[in-house]
This record gives sequence, C-alpha cells and structure tokens, in this order.
Amino acid sequence: MDHIEMPRDDAGAKLGMWIFIFTEILLFGGLFLVYAVMRHRYSEDFHLASQQLNTFIGALNTAVLLVSSMTVAMSITAIQKKNKKMATLFLVITLLCAGIFLVDKYFEWGHKISLSLYPGTDLMDSLRYGYILFFSLYFFMTGLHLLHLVIGAVILTVALVKVRLGLINDENFVLLENGGLYWHLVDLIWIFLFPLLYLVT
Amino acid sequence: MTEDTHIAEPSFLEDTGKRKGILAWLTTTDHKRIGLLYLWSIMVFFIIGAVLGETMRTELFKPGQQFYGPQTYNAIFTLHGLIMIFLIVIPGLTVVFGNFVMPIMIGANDVSFPRLNLFAWYLYILGAAIVVISQFTGNGPPDTGWTFYAPYSTQTHTNVIAAVSGAFVLGFSSILTGLNFIVTIHRLRAPGMSFFKMPLLPWAVYATAWIQILATPVIGITLLMIIAERTFHIGFFDPAHGGDPVLYQHLFWIYSHPAVYIMILPAMGVITEIIPTFCQKRIFGYKAIAISSLAIAGVGYFVWGHHMYTSGMSKEAIWTFSLLTFVVAVPSAIKVFNWVTTMYKGSIDLKPPLLYAIAFIFLFSIGGFTGLVQGALATNIQVHDTSFVVAHFHYIIFGGVGFAFLGGIHYWYPKMFGRMYNIRVANIAWVFLFIGFNLLYFPQFIIGYEGMPRRYFDYLPQFTLGQQISTIGGYLLGIGLIIMIVNLFSKKGAKAPDNPWGGKTLEWQLPSPPPMENFKTPPAVPDRPYDYD
Amino acid sequence: MISEEKHVTPYPVYAKVLTGLLVLTAITILVPWINLTAATVLIALLIASTKAGIVLTYFMHLKMEIMLFRILVIMVLLIYLSVILLTFSDYMFR
Repeated sequence: MDHIEMPRDDAGAKLGMWIFIFTEILLFGGLFLVYAVMRHRYSEDFHLASQQLNTFIGALNTAVLLVSSMTVAMSITAIQKKNKKMATLFLVITLLCAGIFLVDKYFEWGHKISLSLYPGTDLMDSLRYGYILFFSLYFFMTGLHLLHLVIGAVILTVALVKVRLGLINDENFVLLENGGLYWHLVDLIWIFLFPLLYLVT
Repeated sequence: MTEDTHIAEPSFLEDTGKRKGILAWLTTTDHKRIGLLYLWSIMVFFIIGAVLGETMRTELFKPGQQFYGPQTYNAIFTLHGLIMIFLIVIPGLTVVFGNFVMPIMIGANDVSFPRLNLFAWYLYILGAAIVVISQFTGNGPPDTGWTFYAPYSTQTHTNVIAAVSGAFVLGFSSILTGLNFIVTIHRLRAPGMSFFKMPLLPWAVYATAWIQILATPVIGITLLMIIAERTFHIGFFDPAHGGDPVLYQHLFWIYSHPAVYIMILPAMGVITEIIPTFCQKRIFGYKAIAISSLAIAGVGYFVWGHHMYTSGMSKEAIWTFSLLTFVVAVPSAIKVFNWVTTMYKGSIDLKPPLLYAIAFIFLFSIGGFTGLVQGALATNIQVHDTSFVVAHFHYIIFGGVGFAFLGGIHYWYPKMFGRMYNIRVANIAWVFLFIGFNLLYFPQFIIGYEGMPRRYFDYLPQFTLGQQISTIGGYLLGIGLIIMIVNLFSKKGAKAPDNPWGGKTLEWQLPSPPPMENFKTPPAVPDRPYDYD
Repeated sequence: MISEEKHVTPYPVYAKVLTGLLVLTAITILVPWINLTAATVLIALLIASTKAGIVLTYFMHLKMEIMLFRILVIMVLLIYLSVILLTFSDYMFR
C-alpha cells in the first residue's frame, strides 16, 4: 500500500479548525497590540482621525456580518434536519452578505483613496503622527480582515457546492461546520475592529 | 527484548504502492517517510549553515580582512542565522522525531492529518527556497542579521522582503505541524493510554506544538508589517511617522523567545527518552517532567523583554521581565535534576546516545547559567551584544538542541534504517564534537565579557588569542561532524534487531525498520510508562 | 471525545442570538454620544467582548462542545491578554 488511510474523525477535524482559529486570533492580536500602543500614545489624534471614517457604513457592515453569522449557523441546523433547500438558501444569504460587505468596503476605501488619504502619499506624510498611524492601522487591519473574509467566502462557496452535490449531508457535515467556524472568526474580528476604528472618542 | 519473530512484511522504506522511487517519497503521506524527508532536508541545510559558520571562523582568525569584507560578513551571519534558526533548530527535532517516533509511541498508525503533514513539508521547502533566492536577487542578500531589527530592516536596500517572505512561509509550515500534532495527541492515543501514561517525548512535542500555534502568528504579522513598511511606509516602527522601533523588538521577541522553547522542549523530550533506556531505570519524576514541559511553554511566553534591556524600555518593564526570566529557569532546573537522579544507581551503558545526552546536560547547564547572567539587568548591560551572548545561545542551541538532535539520531537510527552504525567510530566523532565545541565557544564567553562585540567583522588585537582558539575549535568540530556523518551513511553496519538498546516505549516493539502500517491492532498499553524492573 | 452532532440548535435560538447582538451593537454605537471620555474605550471593549462571547457560545457552539474547547479558548485569551499587559509595562511608563 502507498499509505495508511486514517479513519474518519470529525471531532479531530473540528479540534483542528479551532486550533487554526487560535492562530488567526494571535495573528490579528499582533495588530491589535500595535493599535493599543499607538492609541495610548496618540489618543487625541486617533479621536480626530477616526471622525474621517463613515460610521454608518461601518455599522451597516457590522450588522451584515452578524446576520451572515446567523445564517451560516442556521445552514448547519438545516443540514442536520436533512433540509438541503434551506441549507442552500442560508448559505446563499451568507455569501450575499459577504458581497454586501465587499461592496461597502470598495466604496469606503475608494473614498479615502480618492482623497489621497492612504499610507505613503504626500498628504499622509504631512499629517500629524497620530493621523498617519491611525490610517495605516485602518488600512492594514481592514485589509487583512477583508482578505480573511474573501477566504471565508471561498470556503463557504465550496461548502455550498458540496451541499448541492450531496457530499455534505446530515451524516457528514463537518466541512460545513468548520467553514462556519472560520466565518464566525471573520465576524469576531470585525466585532472588535468596528468600535476600535469607527467609534473612537 | 530483541524479537525477530514478525512476519516478513515490507518496511516503510520499500515501495509497495503504485509509485516508485523519488516520486513515491514526494507524494507520501506516511509520517515515517515525512520524518525522513525532513531529516534529509535539514541535513542539507545544516551543512550549508555550518560551512557559512566555518567561513566566519576562518575570517575571524586574525584581526583585519582575511578573504572577505564587512558587507559580505554581515550577509553571511544573516544567512547563517536564518538557516540555523528557521530551517534547522525551530523545525528540527519536532519535525524529525515528532513525525517519526511520536505517533508510534502513542500507539497510532499516523498523525491526524497525513496530507496536511506532507503539505507542511512542501511549505518548508518553499520557504527555504525563497530564503535561498533572496540571496541572489534584488539588491543583494540581507545584512540585517536574522532578527531584522527596524529601522535598519525597513530602510536597507538589500533583499529584506524576499527573506522575510521566506520566513513567513516557514512559520506557516510550523503552525500546520503544531496543529497536526496537538490533534494527533488528543485523538489518536491507543485505548488505555491516558495523558499520564504517555511517554515523555509526546508530552514534550505537545507542549512545543502549543507554542508553535500561539507564538508563530505574532512573527507572521510582524513580518507582514515589515513588508508593509518597506512598500507603503505605514510607519509603525518609524519615528519619522510617529512609530517606535522598540515596538518591532517587542513584536519580534514575543515570538522569538517562545521560539527557543520550540527548539529546546523536544530536545529535552529526546534526552528524557534516552536516559532511562541507557540506565535501564525508570525516569525519576515522570509527572514533574511532564508538567514542567507545560510550565516552560507557559512561562516562556512572558520573558521576551530580556532581549531588550538596553533598547530604551521602561525600567518597570525591565524588572518585570527580569523576574519572570528567573522564574522560567526553575522548570528547566527541575528537569536537569530529574535526569541526573535517574542516572544515579542506574545500570549505565555508555553508548553514543547516552554520550550525547550527558554532553547535553553539561552544555545545556552552562548555557542555562550564562542565560541567568544575562537575565539580570546589571550584568546584562556588560555583555549585551557581545560574544558572550553568542557563546550563550550556541551552548543552548547547539550544545543543547544540536547534541540532543545527534543523540536522537544515534538512538533511533537502527529503528529508522534497520542497520546499526559503527559504535566505536561514533564515539570518536563524539570526542571531536565535544572538545571542538567547547574550544569553539567557551573562549567567546571570555572575550565577550572583555568587550568583544558580536556581529563584528573585525576586532582589537587583544581578542586575537580567544578568536584563534575558537577557530581551531571550530575546525575540530567540523572534523567531528564529518566523521559522524560518514559513519552514519556507511552501509556496512549489521542488521539492527527490533530493540538494540532495551527501550521500553512502543517503537521498540515494532520491527527495525517498521512496516508502513505501524499497528494492525491497537497495542497493549503498560500500566506506567518506562516500566523497567 | 463526543461532539454535538446529536444536538441540533433550533432556528429561533439563532434568531434570538442575532437580536441580542444587534441590540448590543446599537448600544455600542450610542455610547460615544454619552461623553464618558476614558471609560468609553473600556465600555466599548466590554460590549465587544460580550458580543464575541455570545458568538463563541451560540454560533460557534462552544456551549455544546466538551469542556476541553472552553478551556482552550480561555487559555488562549488569557495568554494574549497577558502579552498585551506585559507590553504595556513598557509603554505605560515611557
């Protein structure tokens, strides 16, 4: 034989995903640490710079992600109840929410970029330290978060396809669970990003 | 003890599947083969790193330039550090022995995610390739040291982005291995093997894996910040934009200090396996060793600031980190006590693995004590950035991790390859290694204390004698390595029995080398591990 | 080690959780209007942590998993918080 086939282990797969989530928490944790230090040093400027952000879009994005977290969790319930149609519907809504988030981000970033308010421009270099660091953190943190959102959306799209093909079903749905866990992580990060970037006073 | 009554099943070394030869190895998901893939890779990179080290020693034989200049010297010590740290000692014992031996020791047939395991090896190779490429492209090899301190790393024109990208990929490989091993140890222990009936190498690997999971992402994000700084001028570490270079040091060492425990914990695990076997005595203080592994992993997170006493940190931070540094020495000391106590009144068999283990205890202790010298602020200021530090970490990393690695190789070689090596030649190699090592590094404590800076291409005449003894030691060490490697590669050894050393852990119940499928039925688990009578 | 494949969370539970999360989000947006200065960060973090806790407990099924998962999550968070605190032992005093 070429290799050993290890027996299926759903609990192990889930534990593996949780451990991966821990690594993501520490990855973003490093950024939150930089944020904490810089906010401590430049609290006044962070307050002023934060007012440049569109709190309405930020709040909308927060709500959208929370809804998508609910729908992906519901898709698991649906699969467990052998309801392929509902599972599909919930996953589609989740992905739509991801799409809305992406569109919002496009407008948000686009607006800043059109104002030359991003790292490396002459305008940025001329601003006060706190402003520069706030916007650097804003783009870095939301950018990295966006990357993870896209990855999560890809994983859930794969899960959606497998649901349609019957490969994910009430007897075998750990892939959907793990995809859901990853999606919740994306939501968790935003839950902290939103107040720390948009609601600084 | 040494039974050869197994049915002649093909060993894992033979190709029994559809693919043959190299292709079979490159597509394997078997943990034993993957362990060996890592072993060959590590050996190749080690030779490159060692040669780089030997050129540095040769250049430093006399003051002034001998055959290459300061820019080259800086690039060489950077590459030497990158290779040795990220390609050898961080993955090191975890990926070789954690892969090969650990699953067998817990009675499993493989790790929880065998394909992920192979993927992690490919990431390792990819990361190594990126680091190698960084030497030859762009504006030349990085000269920042493996530590990439800002602001130099964000401003130098050399090829920093490529090098840190390589390190990032290597970190990902480390994370996936750690993930795999944690799940394996939680899920695949044989029925009846509770955590406290597990041998101590899996305990060590388990503690190590948690550090890989929780610390590596921090260097990951830090390296991304370096790339972002060089590309977009984000300013986190740049005073001209309001940033703080010391923040880089914090982030860097938040990973890199726990990283040294990634290096040493599996090494301690290997030593803990070797000593009972060659003393034919149960390990003293099994639970203490198991718990101290977790304690080292835990407390090790909170001492990183001791690399930064002279950086400009607040004094409150300094004494906090200093206190915690002294605390983390305690569990290591407990282990040393337990090893020595195990040997007391044991039936000592001075085979090569035990020689390496004893050398480990001696060299690691010197490294550990000199660590305490640096842990205290007053003495730290004297020796910071001198050869004293270089000697300290080589005693711990090479004398400790390195010798444990060599001991592990000599211990499990018969199991891995089904052959014995020449014991006498192995002993001779050890003598060269031990004497060469001490001649190479001990003088560096002395000249370092007297003021010889580290990472300096040139030096004042008063340090010449120390440097020359060191270089000679380096050459003796090199000779020892050559003798050792030639001995291990020689195919003339006798066929190895299943249990040449009288070990009690499960791998010694399998044939040497083991078949592809470790256990057709779950093995019987002894009441307590290391059940010597 | 058993997981909760047998346990199926009903849709209304998830809907209620979402409602709670949206309410907390609304509160966190309104808090800055009450000028509490320095305490605002702390309250924002507390609300965010509560929301995170709810997501972890219900959406991520921590409530239904075995104890090990809860212990691991708490351990990871404690280690991370300790790292932040230790870093501030430098920045608070500079």
